[in-house]
Amino acid sequence: MTQSTGHSASLDFTQPEPVDLSSGKYVKLWQGPQHPGITGNMSLELVLDGDTIIECKTHVGYLHRAFEKLMERRNYIQNFTVVCRIAVPEPTFNEYLYSAAVEELSGIEVPERAIWLRTMNLELMRLASFLMWIGGISGAFGKYTVPNWTLAYRDYVLDLFEEMTGARIYHMYIVPGGVRAGMPEGFEERARAIMDGADKLLDQIERVLFNNVVFKARSKGLGIITPDMVDPYGIVGPNARACGFARDLRKDEPYLAYDQLDFDIVTGNEPDAYGRAYCRLLETRQSINLIRQCLERTPTDGPFQADMPNVLHWKIPPGETYVKAECTRGEYGYYMVSDGSEYVRRVHVRGPSYTHAIAVMERLAVGTNIADIAGLMVSLHTYPPEIER
Amino acid sequence: MNLKDLLSPFFVWQRAFEKPYTSMRPTIDRPGAPAYRGFHINVAETCVGCGSCHTICQNHAIDMVPVEQFQGRPGDSGLRPRFDYGRCCWCGLCVDICTAASLRMSNEYAWITEDPTEFHFTAGVDDKAWQDNEHGYRRAEGYHLYPPKRIEMDMLSPEESVQSFDEVARGYNEEQAKKEADRCVECGICVATCPAHMDVPDYIHSIRDGDYEKGLQLMYRTNPFPATCGRICTRRCESVCPVGILGEPVAIRWLKRFIVDQVDAGEYTRILNNDAVVESGHRVAIIGAGPGGLSAAYYLRQYGHAVSVFEAQASAGGMLRYGVPSYRLPDADLDKDIEYIVSLGVEMNYNTRIGKDISFEQLLQDYDAVFLSTGLSVPSSMRIQGEDHPRVLSGLQVLADVANGRDPGIGRKVAVIGGGNVAMDASRVSRRLGGDVTILYRRRIADMPADTEEIHESQEEGCTIVPQAIPVEIVDAADSSQVTIKWGEAEMVQDPKGGRPRPVLQEDRMHEESYDCIISAIGQGSNLDYLSREIQDQLAIEWGKFSPGEYQHTGLARVFVGGDVANRTADAISAIEDGHHAARGINRFLNPDAYPNNNTSPDTTRSEGEQQ
Repeated sequence: MTQSTGHSASLDFTQPEPVDLSSGKYVKLWQGPQHPGITGNMSLELVLDGDTIIECKTHVGYLHRAFEKLMERRNYIQNFTVVCRIAVPEPTFNEYLYSAAVEELSGIEVPERAIWLRTMNLELMRLASFLMWIGGISGAFGKYTVPNWTLAYRDYVLDLFEEMTGARIYHMYIVPGGVRAGMPEGFEERARAIMDGADKLLDQIERVLFNNVVFKARSKGLGIITPDMVDPYGIVGPNARACGFARDLRKDEPYLAYDQLDFDIVTGNEPDAYGRAYCRLLETRQSINLIRQCLERTPTDGPFQADMPNVLHWKIPPGETYVKAECTRGEYGYYMVSDGSEYVRRVHVRGPSYTHAIAVMERLAVGTNIADIAGLMVSLHTYPPEIER
Repeated sequence: MNLKDLLSPFFVWQRAFEKPYTSMRPTIDRPGAPAYRGFHINVAETCVGCGSCHTICQNHAIDMVPVEQFQGRPGDSGLRPRFDYGRCCWCGLCVDICTAASLRMSNEYAWITEDPTEFHFTAGVDDKAWQDNEHGYRRAEGYHLYPPKRIEMDMLSPEESVQSFDEVARGYNEEQAKKEADRCVECGICVATCPAHMDVPDYIHSIRDGDYEKGLQLMYRTNPFPATCGRICTRRCESVCPVGILGEPVAIRWLKRFIVDQVDAGEYTRILNNDAVVESGHRVAIIGAGPGGLSAAYYLRQYGHAVSVFEAQASAGGMLRYGVPSYRLPDADLDKDIEYIVSLGVEMNYNTRIGKDISFEQLLQDYDAVFLSTGLSVPSSMRIQGEDHPRVLSGLQVLADVANGRDPGIGRKVAVIGGGNVAMDASRVSRRLGGDVTILYRRRIADMPADTEEIHESQEEGCTIVPQAIPVEIVDAADSSQVTIKWGEAEMVQDPKGGRPRPVLQEDRMHEESYDCIISAIGQGSNLDYLSREIQDQLAIEWGKFSPGEYQHTGLARVFVGGDVANRTADAISAIEDGHHAARGINRFLNPDAYPNNNTSPDTTRSEGEQQ
């Protein structure tokens, strides 16, 4: 077991001298694109000196489906079935932000019940995504027991989605104007049981993974994000909170029902892979807590959809907007421009993975041991499709 | 490194004794959630083939294909959705938009077949294992992708409306019209149902675009009476509008009216571009200036034929002017339609009765073709004793008197007999003249042939409807200014042959009541006295009606017929289509060279290209 060098990146943006590959001193290695770690189809072009990375270049394009362009060729209601595919493990944030942008441009007020159902859905989504991520970080360091637990338990959360939305992965539940249905009968009870189980699971994970000498040894000191990197690199979400930045859109600019929920921003003071992992563990617990609050407070009757125009020829007044929400990885934003026609003029999807997987990753990788590159990558929690949306 | 961190991971062994997550028989122990979006189920009987599922599908996974057993069903396109599971993404928008709520999804997860062509199937027609699955996704109550309720038309209140002959329906404003136009799903079932096949979705589209001139052009392609039909059309289109299956149908009639109301009559010539007509040199005579005759006149002028219209009354319009009261169709709006048709160079001969002022034979001699649309002008007889009593008036006469500004002299206490639109019109006119109106009808209110809206409004305006009341005899009343009607209650008896229930007089429950006048409005027949016996024989007249051929032609060469006197539906829109179609037939007959693939007889297919 090799202790990683714990490279601390300084804010030196000068390009290093290119290495002389013909010298025979270095090895060039491709990590990916077939699932390096579990972050999806993306690849890292690494130059190694011994087993230490001295150069890293991120390559994307393996998942390019041109979502933003697809949206310009589909009408407003049809797009709602497209956006969920931009981040496979977290489709709901795309659904919500797309709908929120459309509603803002068209001046639609979403009813109270839909606001609560949306909030609950987003938190369920965070829970499902974090469970998957915990499995990912554990697997990236060779601990294959925890992924079996968390991915299996995630399926129980997906069961809840299946009941409420009609689908497990691409829920297509949050639709411009509201949501597609209310809570099914008996949902609250079943959801509470699953939350209780999730609490228990997280206790076990804390003992098995976070108090694991191997995990600690390999993740502590790996990929340190110093506070001075946060703003220049545009680092958001748990990656920023783990180094002490109390930034969370749910608190800073509350949307949906977050101003009525009781929670505090999770922050940490260990800006390495371990600290980020621990921060996410706490946020998973926070999501469970928020889901319980939502279950209690979501109205069970009343409209869950605003009065809608006929979506078959829905035109939206000209305008532009930027809406954002806190996904598991930080600020997720949609910039939308309407020219008054039945088709959106331009959508720009701002996913946090863009900066985390490219600029931040390329810097943090330098000096890291080749064995830790997957762990480093997962610790930044990135999804390639939202880079090449 | 501390000891605790070394030992703690061994806690995983504790889990070895817990129940596993996985299931031995997943498809049996764990069926899909009740609202799971699985495979498509379509109740093909309920589906009307509107194609909204096809329109909304962003993957183009749905094609509308003809299905034999649904061909020719009224209010049904005869098409059913065919799914391509190579394209479907199971978003369920097709279920959400389904106007008939016939489409839903089952909650199956898996379907295995060795034949890849089976993944392309017509739901509800091709047999599938999940067809009877009761679970699965369906649209939630209270969730709509188009507004189910129509925009209310501003109406005069019943208290106000009975005070005058002012138009009751006030018309949409632009915002209301655009909102109402937005509800259309553009399926086109209305086009197939409309007797004139008006291009409804496209003119409604023009409202959404705010392009009313285009809307007017589209309407005049099939109907030169849009201002009229926008007010009084029987609107069979609305009865089949799929939006009306779960909500209220699109207010097609009011939207048509809205377009016409937006365009000034002075602009018509420019918009409709009728200056470009090339005269053909042929002359056509038209008998009757009602909607049928004038529609024929309009389209014949488009072909360049010279048109002379002969009308017995002092003004054009026929039943539209003398049968429809002005609170439903103001004269100004009727004149807007008629004046434009006349302005195309149609020669109008008013107060000219064929058979009296000029003989039919003379017309045949003077003109290249003759179009008859003389309508139904003779009130039907009630076939009871005393119906020739001077205090018994006909509904048509009352309406014509009011239209001509004469007092029909109905008195105060009025009984109207009948349940059709003429009866409703006569009743509501009587209310406006200060009468207390009782309507006697043989069957139940639900059986009344009148428009439901008309029935409802006449009740709101204070007319009392007495259903299942059969008039038996009319006798003199004690007061000489009155008349007495004897009528009996009726019981509805099921027809053993499966027809509609028949009212049967209950002789032990007879009533007698005196009125200032009785208005009989139980239907009307034709007056064909202007045709000689020999000609009538050649024209194949049955029960006072013509049975024209495919091009509205008759057994007598050069004679074409249309309107109420030649169709079963006897409404304005059918007469308008008859006129239009007769114009096509006459043009084929006069201009055989323009149809090179046909012989000279108009008795050929209808689908040949039209020349306008």
